Amino acid sequence: MPAEPLTRGRRADLLPAEHPPPTDLLLPAARGRMVTESPATGGPPPPAPVFRALRLLLAALALAGSVAAAVRTGTSGSGWGGLARVLGTHLGLDVEPLPPLTDSLVWDLRLPRVLMAALVGASLAVCGTVLQAVTRNALADPYLLGVSSGASAGAVTVVVLGVGAGALGVTGGALAGALLSFGLFLLLLRRTGLDSDRIVLTGVVVGQLFTALTSLVLMAAADADTTRAVTHWLLGSMAPARWDTVAVCAIVTPLGLVAAWLCSNALDGLAFGTDTAASLGIGVRRTRMLLLVVTAALTAVAVATVGAIGFVGLIVPHGVRFLVGPLHRVLLPYAALAGAVFLVWTDALARIAFAPREVPVGVITALLGVPLFLLVLCKRGEL
Amino acid sequence: MRITAEELSWSAAGTPVVRGVSADIAPGETVGLLGPNGSGKSSLLRCLAGLRAPDTGAVRYDGEPVRGWSARRIARRVAFAAQDPGADSDLRVADVVGLGRTPFRDRRRGPDTTDRAVVAAALERVSLTALAGRSWRALSGGERQRAHIARALAQQPYALLLDEPTNHLDVRHQLELMELLTGTGQTVLVALHDLSLAARFCDRLLLLHHGRLVASGTPAAVLTAERLAEVFEVDAELTTDALGHPVVTYRGPRRSTTPSEEEPITP
Repeated sequence: MPAEPLTRGRRADLLPAEHPPPTDLLLPAARGRMVTESPATGGPPPPAPVFRALRLLLAALALAGSVAAAVRTGTSGSGWGGLARVLGTHLGLDVEPLPPLTDSLVWDLRLPRVLMAALVGASLAVCGTVLQAVTRNALADPYLLGVSSGASAGAVTVVVLGVGAGALGVTGGALAGALLSFGLFLLLLRRTGLDSDRIVLTGVVVGQLFTALTSLVLMAAADADTTRAVTHWLLGSMAPARWDTVAVCAIVTPLGLVAAWLCSNALDGLAFGTDTAASLGIGVRRTRMLLLVVTAALTAVAVATVGAIGFVGLIVPHGVRFLVGPLHRVLLPYAALAGAVFLVWTDALARIAFAPREVPVGVITALLGVPLFLLVLCKRGEL
Repeated sequence: MRITAEELSWSAAGTPVVRGVSADIAPGETVGLLGPNGSGKSSLLRCLAGLRAPDTGAVRYDGEPVRGWSARRIARRVAFAAQDPGADSDLRVADVVGLGRTPFRDRRRGPDTTDRAVVAAALERVSLTALAGRSWRALSGGERQRAHIARALAQQPYALLLDEPTNHLDVRHQLELMELLTGTGQTVLVALHDLSLAARFCDRLLLLHHGRLVASGTPAAVLTAERLAEVFEVDAELTTDALGHPVVTYRGPRRSTTPSEEEPITP
């Protein structure tokens, strides 16, 4: 080998000749440069805007159709025409109203209930998506991390002990409980950090504690009737939904969704851990806190009205990720829509499956969710 | 971009990890950061990348103190690639590399054609173009490492800070990677375990021991048999290869007894 004085190993013959020359595009000098034509390489091209708009429209139509069908399901003697007449009557149109009892059934009970299912489904799916990204754990979900239990404990305390009053009081109690359980969760994980394997274990522990607290409050302070009602509610049921609670949810859910969606880039960046995310310019601590508070608020509002419904936040994100990919800009809106559709149908099923008896919807979501969840684990080779 | 460390100290949970390190990395220079496990390489690198706020001392980019800068402002200057940042992710390779565009993107906006062109160029640079549409889960360790380098390059950085980027790579890819790092003209600070690889590709080496900078200078000046015995606790022989680079040949772990480890070595 000839002795060549070289300070660095940049000898051409040591490396393959086809090694590409440095492209200017990767240097800071190229930052202002705009490239207008799509590159020939670099992954499959994104779907055309028309296709994306059509896809979103289709999903939105699926939700609207589900809501309409669910309102009609199990409503005796009204049918589509009756449904239209109820809507017409309450929108002040000149239509022949239905008998007052049927009208009240559809307008005061059924419609808010189905809308509530849609809003809660969207909330829980968004919560699950966000928590799975923030904790980098595929098993994360407000139910498994104990947030739902915290919210339940808070809400039950308000109901049974009569601290505060009205729908807003219960929601406030649930929010306090959710934040408290989150705080405890973070405190327990302060050493290992949020991207550790202990997350689900810690969540289960926190959940158990707050479940025990709920039972304690119930047994110590409530009479038999309240205990029965609260237990039914804790299993998750859409039956208590009324227009006032729907209104609270209709304000909080879209706000939470938009807040989470604005953090899409950060949620993507968190996939590789705190250091990598921070090196991408993401204010990790602040973003994480914001997202955890948003999650707590969404969960609290849902739990305060309809109880703790498990597995929606766990299953829906996995299914939607499979369909539209893991990038949160796209994933979050579809997770919300899919979660809404999912809960609208499971609630309809809970109503009619054993009619006239009603099954708590949380039981149905768990029955559907567990096998689907096992399927996800199998697909990922973890089972 | 010039990166300066001034009397930098950083401790983790009360244990000092980086102790009073001062160093200066000139624009366009490739500097290797060496030291045994636990010598503070990764921590020093993270301080210099703005990911850890030093307890005392300062980090300067082109003379400006970095303390108080937002993560985004730092990310527009330096790119950082962690050692083996594993992820159980469904992201596609092109999307992972696309994360490097985050510091330049409005939070409401998705990637545009410029972003996609930069990603394509970065993928080509690390020869991963063919795997652009592949799921992250399906990549080998070496491919993941290269994808992370591509992500760092997609940040169009003024300086690249890399923590043992050659870890999972085979010889050819180690050489290719070091080649492309030194060939960009960017400032590069790279933590390495392979002393011969460092000696061959780096303009200058920094040697850490127990959090202290014990030597800095050209590879030939830093890598001496005595220092390797002291810092790495190995008996080694230094020779020069046909290209004029120092080559380290290890005879084995240090057998002879030497002074206490706690005693700092003067460079």
